[in-house]
Amino acid sequence: MTDQTAGNGVVLAADGTPLKASLNRALRKNRMRALLLVAPLMLFVLFSFLIPIFDMTFRSVDNWHVGTLMPKTTVALADWDGKDLPEEPVFAALVADLRAGAKSRQIGKVGTRLNYEKSGMRGLITGSARKSKKLKDGPYKAKVLKLHKKWGQLETWTVIKRNTTPYTIGYYLNAVDMKYDKNGEIVMQPENRRIYGKLFMRTFAISLAITIICVILAYPIAFLLATLPLRYSNLLMIFVLLPFWTSLLVRTTAWIAMLQSQGVLNDLFVFFGMVDDDNRLQLIHNLTGTIIAMTHILLPFMVLPLYSVMKTIPPTYMRAALSLGANPVVAFVRVYMPQTLSGIGAGSVLVFILSIGYYITPALVGGTDGTLISNQIAYHMQSSLNWGLAGALGALLLASVLALYLLYNRIVGIDNMRLG
Amino acid sequence: MKKILKSSAIAITSVAVATMAWSAHAVDLNVVSWGGAYTASQINAYHKPYTKKTGVKINSIDYSGGLAEMRAQTEAGNVTWDLVDVVLSDAITGCDEGMFRPINIDKEMAAAPDGTPASKDFLDGTLQSECFVPLIIYSTVFAYRADAWSGKKPTSIKDVFDTKNFPGKRTLQKSPVNNLEWALLADGVPLAKVYDVLDTDEGKDRAFAKLATIKKDVIWWTVGAVPPQLLADGEAVFGTGYNGRWFSAIAEEKQPFAMLWDGQVLDIDGFAVPAKGKNVDEVMKFLKFSTDTQRLADQAKYISYGPARKSSGPMVSKHATLGIDMGPHMPTKYADQGFLTNFKWWADNSDEMKERFAAWLLQ
Repeated sequence: MTDQTAGNGVVLAADGTPLKASLNRALRKNRMRALLLVAPLMLFVLFSFLIPIFDMTFRSVDNWHVGTLMPKTTVALADWDGKDLPEEPVFAALVADLRAGAKSRQIGKVGTRLNYEKSGMRGLITGSARKSKKLKDGPYKAKVLKLHKKWGQLETWTVIKRNTTPYTIGYYLNAVDMKYDKNGEIVMQPENRRIYGKLFMRTFAISLAITIICVILAYPIAFLLATLPLRYSNLLMIFVLLPFWTSLLVRTTAWIAMLQSQGVLNDLFVFFGMVDDDNRLQLIHNLTGTIIAMTHILLPFMVLPLYSVMKTIPPTYMRAALSLGANPVVAFVRVYMPQTLSGIGAGSVLVFILSIGYYITPALVGGTDGTLISNQIAYHMQSSLNWGLAGALGALLLASVLALYLLYNRIVGIDNMRLG
Repeated sequence: MKKILKSSAIAITSVAVATMAWSAHAVDLNVVSWGGAYTASQINAYHKPYTKKTGVKINSIDYSGGLAEMRAQTEAGNVTWDLVDVVLSDAITGCDEGMFRPINIDKEMAAAPDGTPASKDFLDGTLQSECFVPLIIYSTVFAYRADAWSGKKPTSIKDVFDTKNFPGKRTLQKSPVNNLEWALLADGVPLAKVYDVLDTDEGKDRAFAKLATIKKDVIWWTVGAVPPQLLADGEAVFGTGYNGRWFSAIAEEKQPFAMLWDGQVLDIDGFAVPAKGKNVDEVMKFLKFSTDTQRLADQAKYISYGPARKSSGPMVSKHATLGIDMGPHMPTKYADQGFLTNFKWWADNSDEMKERFAAWLLQ
C-alpha cells in the first residue's frame, strides 16, 4: 500500500488533503482555464449575436411610446369605455401631454408609432402638438375638436387607447397581413395591402428551388472532384473555389452584364437566330435572375460538403456491388447514394438557410418578382424606420428556420450532418 | 504574464493620453453627405475654403440617406456625426423625433449680401422644418434616349404612359413617391389638384390603375446610379432620376439623352445638426459659413442643382471644368413645369402607400 489512507478510509493526497477534494480543485482550475480560452468567443457571440437578436425581438413587442410620452392621457383613458367620445378630463390630459411632448421634442415618436396603425395619425399628433401651445385655458374639448376633425372620430381614440399598453402584438399582426379594424377587432388586411404572407411563401419556394437546383448541379461536380485523378481534380477544385473567393457584388454584377437584354447571353441568342432582336429574353430583374445568380453564388456551399463526404467513401464498395452482380445504376442508387446522404443533408440545410436570409443579390437582380422577405426587412430597417415591424418579420423568419432545423433533426438527424 | 499585462497597460494609457491630447488639440468636424459628385461639390465649395479660413479640418463621410444610422446613434447616446446632409422629409421626421437640433434661421444663419434676413432669402417653401437649412433644389425628372423613336420626341408626362407611340422599357424608382403623382398627371389631373385627388380613396385607386397600364414595361430601380446606366445600355428608353445624374450623363459622358422637364418633382436637400452631437458650437460656425450666398452659388459650379437662396441665383455661372453655362441645367429654371413634393401628405401616408405599392408590385 503506497496510498496514504486516513483513519476513516478517505484517500489523502501528498499534502494531506483528501484526494477527492484535491482532484476537484485541479479539475476546476483546468475548467476555468478552458473557459478563459473560449471566453473571447463567448463574449463575441453574446455581443454580436445574442444581444442584437434579443434586442430586435424585444422591439417587435415593445410599445412604450404612448404610455411614456403621453402619461396623462394614458391614465385618463384607462376608464374610457370606447363607446362615445371621451369627456373633458381626457381632452385636458391630451393637451397637457401634447404641450409637454412639443417642448421635449419627443411627440413625433408617438405620431410615428400610431401612424403604423392608422395613416394620418402622424400629422394629427405632430400638427396638434404644434398648435397646442396656442390653446388658452380650458375647457379644452371644444377647442381640440376644432383643431382637427379626426379628434372627433371614435377610431382615433380607439387607436390611442389600444397603444397605451406597454406591449403590443400590432407588429406581428402587420407581419402576417392582419390589422385591427375600426372597432378594434383583428381582421385580415384589405387585399391590396397584403404582402408579407406572399413574400414568406415566395422566399421559401425560391429557397427550395435553389436548394434543389444546387443538389442537381453540385452532385456530379463533387463526384468528379472526389474520383478524378489528383491533377485534374485540383484544377476542378480551383474552378469551384475561385468564384467562392470572389466578392459577392462582383459576381452579382457580372450576372447583370451576362443576362441583361442587351447582354452577352441575349447577344449570342440573337446572333444564332434563336430569338428575335426585338424580342430579347428578360433574364434579369425578375425571378429568373434571382434564381440563376443565387444558385451560382451558393453552389460552393453544396459542392464542398458533398465533396468531403464522397472523398471518404472507399471506391471498393462500388466495385464490390458491381462484382456481386448489381448493374451500375442499382449499385449507384443503393450503395453509393445512401452514403452521400449526410453530405446532401448538410449542403441542403446550408444552402436553404443561407438563401432564406439572402438580401443583396435579390435586391440587385430581383426586380419585382424576385425579391425576398429579407429585402422587406432591410427596407423597414433602413428606409421606413419601422424597426418594430422589421423585428417581428425577423423573429418570424428566425422561428421558421428553427422549426425547419428541428424538422430536419427529426427526419434525418443532425448527427448525420457533415460539413466537411 | 504580469509583464505582458503591465506593458499593455502602459501601451493603453499612452494611447489614451495621446488621443486625448489629439482631441484637445483640434476639433475635426464629421460632415455626412451623399457621396459621389455631390459630396465633391460640397468639398470644393464649402470644406476647402472653410479649412483654409479657420484651420478646422472637415472629415467627409458618405452615407446612402435615410435616418436609420442617425436614429441608432441617437439611441445609443453616442453621436459621432456633427452635420448631416438630408432630404427635407427626413429632416421633418428627425426633427419631430428629437434627433435634430432646432435652428433659428435668422439669428444663426448668414443674411444675404444686401442685408435681407436669411428667412426671406431662402426660396419660398424651402423652410419647412425648423431643424433644416436648405442647400439645393434638385428634381426627380424624366430623361429619354434621343435616338429611340427616330425623330419623334416626347413632350409631356402623358407620353411616358403612351407605350403605343413611345414603345420601350421605362425605368422608375421602386417607390410610390412621385410615381403616383405622375400617374395622375398623365391621367389628366391638373398640377395644382394632384394632392387633393390623391387624398381620396378613388384618387389612390385611379393612380394605381394608371400606373398598372405601364407596369409590364417598367424596370424598377432603387439606387440613383442605375437609371442613367440602364438608358446608356439601351435597356430602357425612358427613365426617372435625379437631374444632377442626368446632367453628368449628358454633359460629361456625352450620352444621347434628352431631358423631359414636364412634371419634374422638385425636392429640397440641406443640412441638419444632430441634437446630441459633440461639437455643436463649432459646427454651427461651419453651417453658417457653408450656407451663405457665396458658398451656395459656388456649389452650382460643380453640380447642376439649384442653390436654395434667391441671392445665389444670379451668381450661378459656368461649370468649373466643363465651362458650360449652368443656368439652363438648373431645375429651378423649369420650376413652372413641375411641382414641389407635398411633404406633409407623404409624412402621413407613406407607411400605407408604400405597403400598398409593395403589394401592388406582387400582384
